[in-house]
Amino acid sequence: MKLAKNIAIALTAVAGLAGAAMGAGAAKYPMQMEWSFEGPTGTFDRASAQRGWQVYKQVCSSCHSLKYFNFRNLADLGYEDEMIKAWAAEYTVVDGVDDAGDPKERPGLPQDVFPSPFPNPEAAAASNGGAVPPDLSLMTKARHDGANYVFSLMTGYEEAPADHPMPAGKSYNPYFKGGNISMAPPLAEGIIEYEDGTAATTEQMAKDVVNFLMYVAEPKLEARHHMGLNVMLYLIVLVFVLYFSMKKIWKPVKEGKNFYKK
Amino acid sequence: MAEWIDAKPKNKAAAWLEERLPIIGLVNNVVGVDTPTPRNLNYWWNFGSLAGLMLVVQLISGIVLAMHYTPNTLMAFDSVERIMRDVNYGWLIRYMHANGASFFFIAVYIHILRGLYYGSYKAPREVLWMLGLVIFLLMMATAFMGYVLPWGQMSFWGATVITNLFSAVPVVGDSIVTLLWGGFSVDNPTLNRFFSLHYLLPFVITGVVILHIWAKKVSDSGNPLGIDVKSSADQIPFHPFYTVKDAFGAAVFFAVFAAFIFYMPNALGHPDNYIPADPFVTPDSIVPEWYFLPFYAILRSITFDIGIPFTDVVIIPAKLLGVIAMFAAIIVLFFLPWLDTSKVRSGKFRPTFRIFFWFLVIDMVVLTIVGGKKPEGIWPVVGLIGTAYYFAHFLVVLPLLAKFEKTLPLPESIAQAVVKTDK
Amino acid sequence: MSTINETIDGEEGASRRDFLHVAAAGLGGVGAAVAAWPFIDQMNPAADTLALASVEVDLSAIGEGEAVVIKWRGKPVFVRNRTPEEIAEANSVDMAALVDKQTDAERVQEGHEKWLVVMGICTHLGCVPLGTKAGDDRGDFGGWFCPCHGSHYDTSGRIRKGPAPKNLEVPTYAFLNDSTLKIG
Repeated sequence: MKLAKNIAIALTAVAGLAGAAMGAGAAKYPMQMEWSFEGPTGTFDRASAQRGWQVYKQVCSSCHSLKYFNFRNLADLGYEDEMIKAWAAEYTVVDGVDDAGDPKERPGLPQDVFPSPFPNPEAAAASNGGAVPPDLSLMTKARHDGANYVFSLMTGYEEAPADHPMPAGKSYNPYFKGGNISMAPPLAEGIIEYEDGTAATTEQMAKDVVNFLMYVAEPKLEARHHMGLNVMLYLIVLVFVLYFSMKKIWKPVKEGKNFYKK
Repeated sequence: MAEWIDAKPKNKAAAWLEERLPIIGLVNNVVGVDTPTPRNLNYWWNFGSLAGLMLVVQLISGIVLAMHYTPNTLMAFDSVERIMRDVNYGWLIRYMHANGASFFFIAVYIHILRGLYYGSYKAPREVLWMLGLVIFLLMMATAFMGYVLPWGQMSFWGATVITNLFSAVPVVGDSIVTLLWGGFSVDNPTLNRFFSLHYLLPFVITGVVILHIWAKKVSDSGNPLGIDVKSSADQIPFHPFYTVKDAFGAAVFFAVFAAFIFYMPNALGHPDNYIPADPFVTPDSIVPEWYFLPFYAILRSITFDIGIPFTDVVIIPAKLLGVIAMFAAIIVLFFLPWLDTSKVRSGKFRPTFRIFFWFLVIDMVVLTIVGGKKPEGIWPVVGLIGTAYYFAHFLVVLPLLAKFEKTLPLPESIAQAVVKTDK
Repeated sequence: MSTINETIDGEEGASRRDFLHVAAAGLGGVGAAVAAWPFIDQMNPAADTLALASVEVDLSAIGEGEAVVIKWRGKPVFVRNRTPEEIAEANSVDMAALVDKQTDAERVQEGHEKWLVVMGICTHLGCVPLGTKAGDDRGDFGGWFCPCHGSHYDTSGRIRKGPAPKNLEVPTYAFLNDSTLKIG
């Protein structure tokens, strides 16, 4: 699994694509963590992703939307239908209009998208000092080395260096481009109480939320890895069989036979 | 050669059809499986059929994606995400299409380099070569427009930057850009026409591919020795020998392709394209897909105006010169058959040519790297040198080599050269 | 071509060679066939479409004698809370008088006889019959009336008069509890 990753890194480097993320004086390179979803046989750590869902719901979701995530998707993380229904019903969603033409509200259903904390980007900006909290559905794919980036960002807040000017309302985070991030440190030890009793340290929560967000960004990762294994095995067998078939067919050619003698 | 082809089908039903519509004979005459083919083609000759195979992969996966994609700025990104999440096997088909573009270009680039090394552009194959270049140009246009469709940040800004190139055209530049956009910026009309053309062009490519194969049939396949077929002893039937060799090559190529689809589907893409397009926020640096990087490097390497010395009069501004250089980089290839006038086709018998050929390959790799870097520090200089060599190779080196190079003696015939060494 | 076949067949070890080539061709063929499946299956309903394949209806909001229209799989479904009189009327019909012979018991679920759940699509040419909203014309038999070509349905959704050939279709549904109905 390391090999595949290294190949991928090497290829991106060769193609010069890494240049974009690593401009001069840009953000600190993300910490390199081990993730269960990496590698050709990687799968999601469901216990961690479930905790991550709790972190998202109780912390992140107050500012960040999850546009491409439906409650029904939680079934993939190992939740029962009843639980998913109950969670969905905690939210109110707008669905169509009533007979008077006013928006009609109803309790959420599993097929609904996780409701956004703000009705529109303008409202989001107004409540967050002018910065729109980005949607998190694709965050781990929309940044270079996304999983490590999110983890580093969550755990990387620190005091700004003395020579670094800090605008009001910003926090210093060396992993963020420019260092000045509008988001205040979102995680702090014990900020939530995990349902499964895991100690809620900042690292633990960051790790869990990355596992959850990676699932949200790439829900078909396990199916992809599983199918990939079968396809690769098939192709390797096919390559060998075709190779020997080819060698046999080509034997007379190699022996110099003329196929057009009358 | 015609006497070796048995065009009359043996099957009764096929013979009946053939009498009324000689389609089997026609197809056989253009792509025929029993075409006599040089017996000494090496693995570099696999990449033509591989490129054809990738065209089919792109056509099938593309048509399927179009069943789910919505070409509207408000819904394009969402519809792609729906393909990735909800459509049955949508993730597989989209990753196949996205990486398929790269693998199509890999196959085509190797195919072109093979042609450059073995002199496949020389008489009587000039038209075959030029049809190939037309395919290459159409592929670039198709790939560029396809990359715009997901409507991510790189889609939008790539489209903006590349369409803005046309503004360098004197007098009518801005009008051309407005025409391309269908508005005053890249927007919904642009996305719609790009989708339309992205769907259309692959079929045009298919048409030109048929002409390309036809021209190959008429002028016969080249071969690594670069000498003409002298007798039937030099040839073997395409089937089963090259069908099985092509199949083997395809299986190996697909194994690499599959490794990308299943294990690093986003390695060749750019993370910024997972951020929805935002006309008010430009990404840090706008990087085209890897297969455009050498040409992008040539475009950016020109940072100086051409003017009358010691005056402020500018004849060609840098921006226009860059655009001209980029297009010229491909147009020069059309003149290749007349720039390289050496009578010897294959690089195998041209020792000096061979050295310069590898210079060109290294130059292309360097330009690829430069194209991916921000134009800072040493990179613009490297880019300019790379660009200079690129043109010098075709406009200076090859014509001179044709005049002064001492080539190695050619073998008498393919059969004599190959059969002997193999025994 | 025949010369080539002869050459190949004439070589030694024919059976093993044949097996190898058959295996190669067969393997390739099977691979291509399997690879075709994703390209076919992508046309089947996607996960978001399937998520809407069943809907739950809260019955507590529907008073006796009232009906609602539920949108299910893009089509209207009528859910009607029938009065005892309407049920009695539906049960008292002479079978011989029906075009599409079905008893009321066949069209409702045992223990939930007051709930009639039918597709709101006229079996004639697909119009949506009137009779769900209060004040609608319910036709001559107190059920639904299709304004397009004048089909009359009774309180069991059966066709009684007009051009429609069949009773209103009953979709698959189940009662999750006394006040929740799941259609689909």
